[in-house]
Amino acid sequence: MKDSAKKFVSNVGIDPRLLGMIGALVVLWVVFDLWTGGRFLTPRNLFNISVQTSSVAIMATGMVFVIVTRHIDLSVGSLLGFIGMSVAALQVHVLPDIVGLGHWSIWIIASVAAVLMGLVIGAAQGWVIGYLTVPAFIVTLGGLLIYRGAMWWVTEGQTVSPLDPNFKLLGGGAEGTLGETLSWAFGLFASFAAVVLIILSRRRKANHGFVVKPVWAEGVLIALAVGLIMGFVWTLNSYPIAKGARARVAEARGLELTDTLSLNHGVAIPVVILLLVTVAMTIVSKRTRFGRYIYATGGNPEAAELSGINTRMLTVKVFALMGALTGISAVVASARLGSVDVGLGTLDELRVIAAAVIGGTALAGGFGTIYGAVIGAAIMQTLQSGMASVGVDAPLQNMVVGFVLVVAVWIDIVYRRKVGV
Amino acid sequence: MTTKTPLVEMKNISIAFGGVKAVDDVSVDLHEGEVVGLLGHNGAGKSTLIKILSGAYHANAGEIYISGEKAHIANPRDARNYNIETIYQTLALADNLDAASNLFLGREIVTNVGTVDDDAMEAETRKIMGRLNPNFEKFSSPVSALSGGQRQSVAIARAVYFNAKILIMDEPTAALGPHETQMVSELIQQLKSEGIGIFLISHDIHDVMDLCDRASVMKNGKLVGTVNVDEVTDDDLLGMIILGKHPHENKEDA
Ligand SMILES: Nc1ncnc2c1ncn2[C@@H]1O[C@H](COP(=O)(O)OP(=O)(O)O)[C@@H](O)[C@H]1O
Ligand SMILES: [Mg+2]
Repeated sequence: MKDSAKKFVSNVGIDPRLLGMIGALVVLWVVFDLWTGGRFLTPRNLFNISVQTSSVAIMATGMVFVIVTRHIDLSVGSLLGFIGMSVAALQVHVLPDIVGLGHWSIWIIASVAAVLMGLVIGAAQGWVIGYLTVPAFIVTLGGLLIYRGAMWWVTEGQTVSPLDPNFKLLGGGAEGTLGETLSWAFGLFASFAAVVLIILSRRRKANHGFVVKPVWAEGVLIALAVGLIMGFVWTLNSYPIAKGARARVAEARGLELTDTLSLNHGVAIPVVILLLVTVAMTIVSKRTRFGRYIYATGGNPEAAELSGINTRMLTVKVFALMGALTGISAVVASARLGSVDVGLGTLDELRVIAAAVIGGTALAGGFGTIYGAVIGAAIMQTLQSGMASVGVDAPLQNMVVGFVLVVAVWIDIVYRRKVGV
Repeated sequence: MTTKTPLVEMKNISIAFGGVKAVDDVSVDLHEGEVVGLLGHNGAGKSTLIKILSGAYHANAGEIYISGEKAHIANPRDARNYNIETIYQTLALADNLDAASNLFLGREIVTNVGTVDDDAMEAETRKIMGRLNPNFEKFSSPVSALSGGQRQSVAIARAVYFNAKILIMDEPTAALGPHETQMVSELIQQLKSEGIGIFLISHDIHDVMDLCDRASVMKNGKLVGTVNVDEVTDDDLLGMIILGKHPHENKEDA
């Protein structure tokens, strides 16, 4: 990087690593777009990538905490399958008999059940790891086998479908979006929140008499944030609803269907869930004691103990959180497919770990960001979708992803060594 | 000796790791405004003894009294509640966090909505570092990016900031240059004059002779003896450390 460019970046105060990852993502997009002759960077494709990224990205935010505390969770794919199958059976075989078929409360009960299931199972694993001191690798490897087997027992291996229509909205699709108006409102709200946060942070720093960035730098930051958010919304609001679905969607949104009525997708609900999870997890990691203790423990477990941090309980909480997020992902993933078979979530643990690691989470512990993991998941999904659309066959796709994983971590190690952290 | 109740009494403390008796029936005490040196070879058990006081280890036997009352120190949090602060030999810093996060680790300043207030913590850190180490500037770097001396000053700041009554310093000047060592000596004298009791573990006999009121010497986990520094020579102390020989048994036994 040129010196002036370096200075610009440090003035604006963006983490160079974030810039690097966004750069990698943009390069991938452009390459695939050129390769496919302009069929990649379309609202339709970006909408699909955003939806397909959600499930893995939601879990990847939790995996950041797990890896930062020097653990690993190999069980999330199987746990996702087990939870997905259980709540599918709940809403198809159990709840209709109790509250009635198609009752409005089914999706709520099923979703809450999914999160609670993940929370309890995750906490149990965390307890074995923290208090019985069995290594996380072993505990969650056991979990991987146990939950995949348990999933089979739920329905003796049978596929469960169709899921509750309201529940299915949580997976995206033509109806599972905010719609245009709400998407704009969502974008405006997010932009407003970003601006307020930037200004408040500046004022707080100035109040303590710290050196603050030049005003123009804050301006650039605000412009970038707002531009990114509104650009994202605009793109997804430019993806028209397919002909066959127009009547259904217009009715669902309470609009009168005419031939000239413009109907677009907007931001998908699973993407909204992902963004909310990302914001919440970022706050947890940067602004709460719990988050601070996670990083301290990862950096030096002994120092954390000596500072009075209960690192065993911390382990339980970290795995419980991972489990709850897996529950959310189970809802998103099963809702997207509309049915659950025994393969749901297979190999997801590796995608989730890869997303966190590509996003800069160090397996040695102590380092990792939530946004990094989310971008890591987007990079993985882009690679997969891109290769599929240029006709790379599945075995080669896996080889490329594996190769990229190793190279990404190597680049990260070189970068760390250079900046000395 | 003073007749006042000691600030700290550690009585007949023993601890073993596997078969090794790291500390074997050791008793030491400390009064307000007093500096007690702990001396002994590497492996004598000094760090282990003070880690029992700071809540890092549990003694297998023995009792601790704080201001005359039996204390129950099961973990580092308990020790902090007795206003015991410790500068560990290993410094016990989370290398990936910045100075302020380390200084306040476990005792963060929070805003009224309960989130950690990094700006307030940095402001406080700037204040105390301004007193302890005016050259310190790297407030936003992780402490892994700091020099040995700077790291040590972060660890010292952490122990001093929270109004300690009892301060444990395990080789606090090990990574410091002569100038910084001098500053630590002045700090010890100032804290002593404020009535704080200090256990000072050091290899440097001159430091101990200059700064301490009394010195307790350990060898192979056992206490050789405790002497008033005024009443002994450097050679007496060396004899205790190396040979485990008490210079004048009768004086301290009473
Ligand atoms: N956590 C531990 N596990 C096993 N042995 C230990 C542990 N801590 C200290 N020891 C042993 O206890 C003895 C005293 O060590 P230490 O207190 O560190 O000595 P000093 O601080 O006087 O140099 C040594 O033999 C050391 O190996
Ligand atoms: Mg020692």
